[in-house]
Amino acid sequence: MASGKEIKRRIRSVQSTGKITKAMKLVSASKLRRAQGSVVSARPYKDKLKEVLSRLVASAGASVSDPLLEVREVKRVGYVVFASNKGLAGGYNANIMKEALAQVKATVEQGYEVGIVAVGKKPRDFFQKRGYTIDEEFLAVNDIPSAADADAITKMIKTAYVTGKYDEVRIVYAEFRSAMSQIPKTVKVLPIETPESETADGLDYIFEPSPDIVLSQILPLYLANQVFSALTEAKAGEHGARMTAMSAASDNAAALVARLDLEYNRARQAAITNEITEICAGANALNG
Amino acid sequence: MADNTLKLEVITPEQVALRDESTSVVVPGVDGELGIWPNHAPLLAGLKPGVITYKTASGTQKLVVSGGFIEISNNVISVIAPAAEKASDIDFARAEAAKKRAEERLAQKSADIDVARAQAALARAKARLSVR
Repeated sequence: MASGKEIKRRIRSVQSTGKITKAMKLVSASKLRRAQGSVVSARPYKDKLKEVLSRLVASAGASVSDPLLEVREVKRVGYVVFASNKGLAGGYNANIMKEALAQVKATVEQGYEVGIVAVGKKPRDFFQKRGYTIDEEFLAVNDIPSAADADAITKMIKTAYVTGKYDEVRIVYAEFRSAMSQIPKTVKVLPIETPESETADGLDYIFEPSPDIVLSQILPLYLANQVFSALTEAKAGEHGARMTAMSAASDNAAALVARLDLEYNRARQAAITNEITEICAGANALNG
Repeated sequence: MADNTLKLEVITPEQVALRDESTSVVVPGVDGELGIWPNHAPLLAGLKPGVITYKTASGTQKLVVSGGFIEISNNVISVIAPAAEKASDIDFARAEAAKKRAEERLAQKSADIDVARAQAALARAKARLSVR
C-alpha cells in the first residue's frame, strides 16, 4: 500500500487539476452562452436570405444565371473543415475529423482531386499528418465569430471557385444541437444550390434594375451567410463540447479525491494499528 | 394611420438592426435612389453603399448601409445588408481615416492592390460621412 505521504501528494495534484478543469468549464459556459446568443440573433438574416432567394428563383425562373450558380464538370473538390484550435473538448474534434476524412477519401475514390482548407489548428495538423496538402488555413477565428472572420473564408473560396481552382466546395462542420450534442455535417456550398420555395405564394416581383443584378447581389451574401452560420455553429459547438468535457473531468477529479481520501485514512489507521500492536508486543515482552 | 404606414426592418448577419413603422422610405438602389411608399408592389432591388432615409412619427431618420438588397412584400420592406448603422452610431473619425486609406490605395495604382475592394471601401466611407 502507498504511504500516507504519497497519497497526500496525489490528492493535491488531483485537486489542482480539478480546479483548472472547473475554471475551464466556467469559461466555456460563458462563451457558450454568448455564442448561442449570436446563433439565435443571426437567424432572422439567414431565414430572410433563404426566403428571398427561393422566391427570386421561383419568380424569375430559369432565366437567371451567375458565376456562383454555374455547375461545371468536377475535377477538384475543395473541403473547408471547421474545427477548433485547442483540444480538451471531448470527442468534438475527433468526430469532425472522422466525418471529414471519410468524405475526403470517398471523393478521392471517385477519381476527383481534393483540396483542403483548414479553419483551426486541429484540422490543419490532422490532414498534414496524413499527407494532404493544406491549400489555405484560417487560425485566427474569434471565440465569438464576427462577420469579418467569415468574410475572409468566403472570399477565399469564392475566388478559388471562380478562378477554377475548385469546381465544387463543400464545408464540414459540427451542427450545434445542444451543449451535449454536435452533429458533424458536410454541406455543398458551391456551386450554390438554390433553396426550394416553401411558400408557394406566387408573388410577382418587380426587379430593380434586373433579376440578374439582384441575384448577383444576393448570392454572395447567401454564400457568406452559409460560411458565417457554419462558423458560429461550429464555435458554439466547440464551447459546448468543452464545457461538457470539463464538467465530466471536474466530476471525475472530485470522485478521485474522495477515493484517495478514503485510502489515505485507511493507510493512516493501518499505521496507527501497526504502531499499537508493536507497543503492546514490546510491553508484553518486558512483562513476560 | 395604419393604412399609410409600412413596416421597415433592417436585418444584418449579426442582428436585426431596426424594426419600425414608417410612412416613406428612400433607399440607395444600384441605379439610383428609390422612394418607397406604403402598399408598394412586391419588389426586389439591389442596393449600393449609401443612406436609407425613412420618415416615422417622430421625424426623419437616417441609416447607413453597406450594400445588400431590399425585398418588399405585404407592405413590409426588408433591408438585408452586410452591415447597417444608425447615423448617431457612426464613428466619423474612423470613416474619415478609412476614406483616406482607400483613396491612397487607389492613387497608388500598383498592381498588387485590390481595386474593386478599395473602391467598395471608399464608397462605404463616403456613405458614412454623408450623414454627418
